[in-house]
Amino acid sequence: MAQSSQAADGLASIPALLQRNATRFADKPAYREKEFGIWQTWTWSDIKREIDDLALGLINLGVNEGDFIAIIGSNRPQLYWSMVAAQSVGAIPVPVYNDSAAEEMAYVLDHCGARFAIVEDQEQVDKVIDIQDRLTLFEHMIYLDPRGLRKYDHHKLHQFSHVQEQGRAARDEFTPDLEARQAKLTYASTCVMLYTSGTTGKPKGVVLSNRNIIESAKSSCEFDKLALGEEVLAYLPMAWVGDFIFSIGQAYWSGFCVNCPESPETMMTDLREIGPTYFFAPPRVFEGMLTNVMIRMEDASRFKKRLFDHYMAHARRVGPAILDGKPVGLMDRMKYALGNLFVFGPLKNTLGFTNVRVGYTAGEAIGPEIFSFYRSLGINLKQLYGQTEASVFITVQPDGEVRDDTVGVPAPGVELRIADNGEVFYRSPGTFESYYKNPESTASTKDAEGWVATGDAGFIEPGTGHLRIIDRAKDVGKMEDGSLFAPKYVENKLKFYPNILEAVVFGNGKDRCTAFINIDLQAVGNWAERNNISYSSYQELAGHPSVLDAVQKHVEEVNASVAQDEMLSGCQIHRFLILHKELDADDGEMTRTRKVRRRIVEDKFHDLVKALYDGSQTVSTKTEVTYEDGRKGYISATLTLRDAKVFPIVQGKVAAE
Amino acid sequence: MNALSPEGYVTADGRKIGGQLMEMKNITLRFGGVKAITDISFDIREGEIRAIIGPNGAGKSSMLNVISGFYVPQEGEVWFRGARRPQMKPYEVAQQGIARTFQNIALFEGMSVLDNVMTGRLNNMNANIFSQAIWKGRAEREEVLNREVVEKVIDFLEIQSIRKTPVARLPYGLKKRVELARALAAEPKLLLLDEPMAGMNVEEKEDMSRFILDVNDEFGTTIALIEHDMGVVMDLSDRVVVMDYGKKIGDGTPDEVRNNQDVIDAYLGVSHD
Repeated sequence: MAQSSQAADGLASIPALLQRNATRFADKPAYREKEFGIWQTWTWSDIKREIDDLALGLINLGVNEGDFIAIIGSNRPQLYWSMVAAQSVGAIPVPVYNDSAAEEMAYVLDHCGARFAIVEDQEQVDKVIDIQDRLTLFEHMIYLDPRGLRKYDHHKLHQFSHVQEQGRAARDEFTPDLEARQAKLTYASTCVMLYTSGTTGKPKGVVLSNRNIIESAKSSCEFDKLALGEEVLAYLPMAWVGDFIFSIGQAYWSGFCVNCPESPETMMTDLREIGPTYFFAPPRVFEGMLTNVMIRMEDASRFKKRLFDHYMAHARRVGPAILDGKPVGLMDRMKYALGNLFVFGPLKNTLGFTNVRVGYTAGEAIGPEIFSFYRSLGINLKQLYGQTEASVFITVQPDGEVRDDTVGVPAPGVELRIADNGEVFYRSPGTFESYYKNPESTASTKDAEGWVATGDAGFIEPGTGHLRIIDRAKDVGKMEDGSLFAPKYVENKLKFYPNILEAVVFGNGKDRCTAFINIDLQAVGNWAERNNISYSSYQELAGHPSVLDAVQKHVEEVNASVAQDEMLSGCQIHRFLILHKELDADDGEMTRTRKVRRRIVEDKFHDLVKALYDGSQTVSTKTEVTYEDGRKGYISATLTLRDAKVFPIVQGKVAAE
Repeated sequence: MNALSPEGYVTADGRKIGGQLMEMKNITLRFGGVKAITDISFDIREGEIRAIIGPNGAGKSSMLNVISGFYVPQEGEVWFRGARRPQMKPYEVAQQGIARTFQNIALFEGMSVLDNVMTGRLNNMNANIFSQAIWKGRAEREEVLNREVVEKVIDFLEIQSIRKTPVARLPYGLKKRVELARALAAEPKLLLLDEPMAGMNVEEKEDMSRFILDVNDEFGTTIALIEHDMGVVMDLSDRVVVMDYGKKIGDGTPDEVRNNQDVIDAYLGVSHD
């Protein structure tokens, strides 16, 4: 692999980029945060000062080169600065999911041997204090928000602003040390360590070097022509690689502005106020927004609803073509312009998408309906395929080649290879260094030539060169009769229905497929309200016969569509049930990034899986649940199992999606 | 009951409580022939969380209304910050630095949360009607300063996401929080809470308790509250006054009150054999 060992212009680290930006973009906005109802702005020269003060303060506290510093909290500018300050003093920032339970946090902090933590507020301070006894190396904690913390023992607890003050006071004393440490940073030094969400087993610490981050940021910025003046909204978890690339990597490379929402609940309002030009969201966010729009249109006056339906139908027909710059007739264009005036423009404004130039979705397959809805409004929404180990980018969709069923062509600098069993391999400048303290996993994932196994099965479409992902490689199996079993393919089709939040399909090694369904409380609840169905809890609604009827209809439609695909037609769902609880990360059934942990679900609900195959009509069960504060309880339920109609295989037709 | 030093005392969790902020001396309140309160005396100290509890009809809300100046007792004296308080109009009491919330929420339903909380700053708006009308000069400066205080309260109570929402659309628990926000916006010395947890679920009660403790801790606000939920009262308050049939039957720390035989009798009943 041709790796450039030297960075362009000596910009070999994030602190070096900060130095450049502080001079070149001195008075341009770098971070904004809504606080006390007003957007507060920091320019690049402001944040250079802030970060330097903090870095000096960290040296003053005794941070050594090579130390790990955990960063825990929601998206706050100060926490982003903390990461860069940590890098400036030669330490390694480890952002941690702020909603993780104390157990998970203890594992991560213990595994990396963090000596310091910079946390947001009392909630996180309490969590770390809870687990402190188990962390042998842990020493000091710094917090942003002093509220409620006054009475805490402050021997090893420091307020963020005080650390900065002390740093400022000791400027003359420590500046030579700080400069010396910064000078030692090279392309090969570690930029950040991120823990993977771990669909199987314990999280793994992915070590990413400055080369990984800066090269990825650079080529992706060039790919989408991201430049100074872009606005992004930082609302996704800081511990997720995507947020690190967007809000630090690309932001520092291009010098664009990162906006932090006031609180997670105000995200939609803040999105509208900022009007980002570059926006990323997992499919479920786009899905949620669309569901909201549709619910509100149901309640709108008849005139408005007709106007909306009329122009949306037109937009679905010509919108994507106009976006892709394909030839469209003059009349159609004029009608689209009118629609833009009456419907699309105001709608985009309400959603906060007026200025979006580049939008991405990734993480999971997005429903074709949802995808085309946004594209037909004229929002340049695209898909990408990536993972933490690749510093995000593996494949991306170039402008003009956007489709809902592929994840695009290899990103700049990325090589792709499909193994004999269908597993996708890649290598790129963004390829991670290693898993921290885990040489076995590193060796089994990344070979000597730098090829990394993604764990996903897929194929490259002949002709277009686009990659299509079928499923996780280890989840792809065989049915009893030898036909292919790809659960995700069917689950995604199910999840495209607004009523269905999650689905888990079983059938590996069995004679037929069955499924667990989670309904979407918001969508189904709204439907229930309109149909005078009363319910008091998720469990009650999930067990309602009319809800079962509705879901059965969806399952049968999916079966009909699966039957069209010769290769996968064995995956039709014969029986299903609606789970009595939502799958939840707190119960370990999902990862923090909300991916289902298939094996754990299968294990935990083994009595239900058995009932799906032994032909019983109902099944009683008792499940342990964990509340947000870590307490445990039980819920009992009697579930009804339903048979779904299956369809004969359509011969001689290939996947028509 | 133990005598407290006039300079104050230190609570079990190490907070320093100051001297008397308010003292009620032999208060008796009658409505016609009905005696709502009979000869009650107690004090509220600076920085303290003071609870008034008692069974239904014990006279708790009447007591709170006496403190807030809404009722004028026929006998007895109310002392506030070292001076005897003459008969006052409610707004004059508010100007002295006393704010309250109500048992039945009393917000402006049609107005947004922000506007409701802004009304808490009424005593800090002095610009005349003409300057208000053209919104120049003093009116504008005042509004900016008041909005700043209000925004800090909104941030403190974590209600940013409903800032612009009309109050009528909010669930009960949030309305209670907005009411607290309005009272806090007045930056009171003494905050009176009339059943702040009534009708709330466990989670909402936990949140509200947290906020009450934080208000006391962050701003040093003295808090007097009436509450039915004994668990909450015992956890939150530094000292408790117990009332029954308009009389004071107990006064002291939660532990003292809990072991007081009269209090046990009032709450659990006495056997008549």
